[in-house]
Amino acid sequence: MAKELWKGNEAVAQAAIRAGCKYFFGYPITPQNEIPEYFSKHLPLVGGCFIQAESEIAAINMVYGAAGSGARVMTSSSSPGISLKQEGITYIACAELPAVIVNMMRGGPGLGNIAPSQADYFQATRGGGNGDYRTVVLAPATIQEAADLVQEAFDIADYYRNPVVVLADGMIGQMMEAIEWRDPKKRELPQKTWAANGTFDKREHNIINSLFIDAGDCTVQNKKLEEKYRAITQNEIRYDLSGDEEPEVVLVAYGTTSRIARAACIQLKEKGIKASLFRPITLWPFPEKALHDEAQKPSVKAVVTVEMSMGQMVDDVKIAVNGIKPVEFFGTGGGTIPTPQQIVQKIVTVVGGK
Amino acid sequence: MLTAITGHYGCGKTEFAINYALSKRAEGLPVTIADLDIVNPYFCTRERKQTLEELGLRVIVSLGGMQIDIPALPAEILTMFEDNVCGIMDVGGDSVGARVLARYEKDFARTPHELLCVLNFNRPEVGTVERAIDYIGAIEQSSHLIVTGLVNNTHLLGDTSIEDIMRGADLSKKVASITGIPLRYNTAPRRLLKQAQNIGDLFLMDIFMNKPWEEEFNGSKSDI
Repeated sequence: MAKELWKGNEAVAQAAIRAGCKYFFGYPITPQNEIPEYFSKHLPLVGGCFIQAESEIAAINMVYGAAGSGARVMTSSSSPGISLKQEGITYIACAELPAVIVNMMRGGPGLGNIAPSQADYFQATRGGGNGDYRTVVLAPATIQEAADLVQEAFDIADYYRNPVVVLADGMIGQMMEAIEWRDPKKRELPQKTWAANGTFDKREHNIINSLFIDAGDCTVQNKKLEEKYRAITQNEIRYDLSGDEEPEVVLVAYGTTSRIARAACIQLKEKGIKASLFRPITLWPFPEKALHDEAQKPSVKAVVTVEMSMGQMVDDVKIAVNGIKPVEFFGTGGGTIPTPQQIVQKIVTVVGGK
Repeated sequence: MLTAITGHYGCGKTEFAINYALSKRAEGLPVTIADLDIVNPYFCTRERKQTLEELGLRVIVSLGGMQIDIPALPAEILTMFEDNVCGIMDVGGDSVGARVLARYEKDFARTPHELLCVLNFNRPEVGTVERAIDYIGAIEQSSHLIVTGLVNNTHLLGDTSIEDIMRGADLSKKVASITGIPLRYNTAPRRLLKQAQNIGDLFLMDIFMNKPWEEEFNGSKSDI
C-alpha cells in the first residue's frame, strides 16, 4: 500500500476503526481533539457510535459499560482529562474488561498547558487509580508506530481482558508523518463468554463487577490479577535498541524524546562519543532485563535517561540498572521540548568530550 | 494584494504561506504575514515569528503567547486591508478554520485579494479529485469567499518524491478543469529542484516547520 500523510491524532482514530473499534466516548481537550473529531465523522460510517460525553468521568464509565457488553471501545484525552478517568480505569481493571485509553500528554501538573509533555509516566505505569492493578502501557515514537500499536492495543486488551493505555504526547498527536497501513500480528483471541450482552434464556446472567465485599474474595481476585500481570510481563515486553554496540553511554528515552535523543546520538558520534539508545516501547511492563544487560556491557560508563518531565521513568531505569552503573537524568518539565544540543551537553558532562 | 491561504488540515498551508510571503519579500516588497489559525494548537506561523521577522517579514499573531488554547484574532489584522499592503493570511484548516475569513467579508469586498487553496493528494481526506472539490466548496461556504487559485502541494514531508509532485499536478489539473479554478503553483522541496525543473508553475519551498529533532538536518533525514 502506498504511503499516506497522516496527523498523529487522526491516525490513532483511524487505527482504532481498522481494529474494529465501534464505540468512542470522550470529552474534548487540546492537544488530542482531532481524535474525537475524526471518530465523530467516521464511526457513523462504519455503523459505530460516537458520543461526546458530559465529562471525562461520564466517558470512562460509558467505556466501562460498552466493554462489559463485549464491544471494542476506546476513549482518549490529555493529561488532566486522563486524571479524571482514573476511577473508571481501576474499576475496568478490577472487572477485567478490555478497553483502550489514549493519553496525548500535555504540560502539567494541574491544568498546565497544551504543549507536549511526558509527565504522566507515573500515572500510567503506577496507576492513578486505587488498588493493586496494572495497565499495559504502549509508547509510540512515530505516527507509524502509533497506528500499529493502537491496532494491536485492542488485541492485547481482549487477550488479557485488561485495559491498555497508549501513552503519547501532544507532539505525536499534532505532527504529520508518512505512514502505511498494516495489520498487527495475529493473536488467537478467546471468545468473550463473560460479556453481559444478553442471556437469550440460554445461560445464567454474566455479572460485571469490581465490588468484592468479602476480603477473602477480594484477595482471590487480586491473586488472579497478579497471575495475569506476570503473564503480561513474560509475553509483552518490547523495546528498541540502536546505536553503537560498545557504547560509553546508554541513552534511555521513549516516545517523542527518543527521536530527539536519536538526533543527539548522531551529534555525539561526530564528537567521538559512542552512544546507544535504549527505547522502551512498553513502559509497563518495563524492559528491565534488556536494559540491565545493555548497562552491564563493560564499555558502558553511565546510563542517561532523557524525559519531557522532571524525572519519572528514571525510577524504572534505576530499578533496571540496579546500581551496576551510574544513572543520570536530563529532563524538561511543563511542556518544554529538550533540544538535541542540550542532551549532547549533558552527555559530554557525564562522560567527557573530545 | 492580499492573499489568504486555505486548505484541508495538514496540507502544508503554513509552509506554503511562509514561503509565499518570503518570495514576495524577495521581490523587494514589504510583506506582512498574519496567523489566522485558531483551530490548530501546534505547527502554526506564530511558532516561527522570530525567524520570519529576522527574514524581514512583519508578523501578526494572536496575543497571549505561542501555545494558547483559544487564540484570538488581533485588531492589527485589519491593517492588512489598507491600500498597497502585500499581506499573506495563514488560515486554519478545513471549513472550520476558514470560517474566520467570513468575519472580514466586508473588508475583503473592498480589497483586491486572492484566496488560494492548498491541495495535498497524499492526505487521505482529500486524496481524490471529488473529495478535494468537496473541501473547496465547504471552504468557500464558510469563508464567504471564492477560491481563486489552486496550489498543488502534494508531499510526504521528508519522503516526498518527484512522483508525488507529478501525480498531484495531474489531479490538481483535473480539479482545475472541473471547477474552473486555475492551478497557480506546483510546489517542490528545494532538494528536488533538478528532478522538478520541467514541471510547470514550479514553486520551490524551503522547510520551516521542522520537528524539534529535524532542525539540525532541515528535513533531510526522515528516519530519525
